[in-house]
Amino acid sequence: MKAVVPILTVLAVIVALWYAAAVWMNAPWERDQAARAGTAITFAQLLPLTMVQERPVLPAPHQVAVGLWEGLAGQAITSKRSLVYHGWVTLSATLLGFAIGTTAGVLLAVGIVHNRAMDLSVMPWAIASQTIPILAIAPMIIVVLNSVGVSGLLPKAIISAYLSFFPVVVGMVKGLRSPDAMQLDLLRTYNASRAATFWKLRLPASMPYLFTSLKVGIAAALVGAIVGELPTGAVAGLGARLLQGSYYGQTVQIWAALFTAAFAAAALVALIGAVQRVTLRRMGMAR
Amino acid sequence: MAGPVIEARGLGLTFQTGDGPVHALKDVNLTIGRGDFVSFIGPSGCGKTTFLRAIAALEQPTEGTLTVNGMTPEQARKSRAYGYVFQAAGLYPWRTIAGNVRLPLEIMGFSKVEQEARVNNVLQLVDLEGFGKKFPWQLSGGMQQRASIARALAFDADILLMDEPFGALDEIVRDRLNEELLKLWARTGKTIGFVTHSIPEAVYLSTRIVVMSPRPGRITDVIDSPLPKERPLDIRDSAEFIAIAHRVREGLRAGHSYEV
Repeated sequence: MKAVVPILTVLAVIVALWYAAAVWMNAPWERDQAARAGTAITFAQLLPLTMVQERPVLPAPHQVAVGLWEGLAGQAITSKRSLVYHGWVTLSATLLGFAIGTTAGVLLAVGIVHNRAMDLSVMPWAIASQTIPILAIAPMIIVVLNSVGVSGLLPKAIISAYLSFFPVVVGMVKGLRSPDAMQLDLLRTYNASRAATFWKLRLPASMPYLFTSLKVGIAAALVGAIVGELPTGAVAGLGARLLQGSYYGQTVQIWAALFTAAFAAAALVALIGAVQRVTLRRMGMAR
Repeated sequence: MAGPVIEARGLGLTFQTGDGPVHALKDVNLTIGRGDFVSFIGPSGCGKTTFLRAIAALEQPTEGTLTVNGMTPEQARKSRAYGYVFQAAGLYPWRTIAGNVRLPLEIMGFSKVEQEARVNNVLQLVDLEGFGKKFPWQLSGGMQQRASIARALAFDADILLMDEPFGALDEIVRDRLNEELLKLWARTGKTIGFVTHSIPEAVYLSTRIVVMSPRPGRITDVIDSPLPKERPLDIRDSAEFIAIAHRVREGLRAGHSYEV
């Protein structure tokens, strides 16, 4: 209970500020309407109107909540208006991209730690890859892959992987290098091979680092999948909902899709946290 | 087997650093026979750890010759001639105590049955039977260090190299572990090289005490201990013990080791 009270307090403050902002941002439109009709409008009359606009600049929290509820529970989950349907489209690309990104990240990290040439050559490119705005490169990836006949899930997954491999590389390189000189000397006294050093020391020692990276990586993978949906003509996925919403000024729809994405990200990070706890406990590394 | 276990002739080791060469060891001559318990004592920078690491082929001497079991240190390392105990226990937190002791056996390819038997055997030797299933963090520092000694003993090398293994422990625990180490040495007949900076520890444990001094790291005195093999802790109050400790202190002072 002690943990819940501060969280609810912060939430209440955010909601209150949000309502205040909604009134402030939606009021000009109501005043405009009144002016056109040639009538005067008092603040008391204006206040309820700012809460129920069709296309508010900033939808009030309850409007977003209703939008979310209708999107998640008010439709058949196969419907094109269902956030569950769109969420799944995005999630499947996220998970595939995350799997590709994590595999690539771990393999690159293993290469960097064991091969001096890779150590010197790969890392600068990995860093450079992340300085390119994803919004600029995503359409290129879609177009290029489309021209060789690859479309659908995979191009989006590749954009996801593009964002999610980086934290995994950085974390795993650090993790694989975390054993200190004494630990490495100990294995030298056993005349241990590099393979034995990797499997018995470097890999287990890197596990805490890996999980931290995976949490960052999966959130990045979700962003990648959403960005990957923007230039595809906005057919399906949370990215498509965001784009459609902005075409038609459906701000409630945008916010509902944003919240769905945020909840999905939180759930994915929590899932990895749970796997981390179980794994580290079974390894004896959690107290 | 006849012949020395470890023999150094004119051994020198120079590190090239940004501030110019550092003579970690210079003209070291020493012969260690089978079953000896040899302590290396001296202040920091006297090269005692470097010498131990050179024996273990963790450092490369730049001058002179060094043989271990009649081989080069590198060959000795490859034939797994020694067990090495570091200052910190360095147990893997993700392995149980038994798992940690089993580590060298897995790497060296012992059979499962053999691994099990040896782990039980050495855990008993260091008085840790029944703790095999515990994780390192569940044990005290002294017990962790005993587990690390068990790990060094597990593959039954004839030589045990110990680099200030009890340096981080409090004196009460250290006394007990010293006593146990002597018993273990008596039972196994291993040749032990033991680095320390404690005079009582060196005198209590050793059959030979090698006094070293820094800049450059060199041997200033080698003392053959006249103490009997059986050594209760209160031998440290005997006149003989105090006389040897005095000679060690004189040796350290002669090397300008402790500039007070």
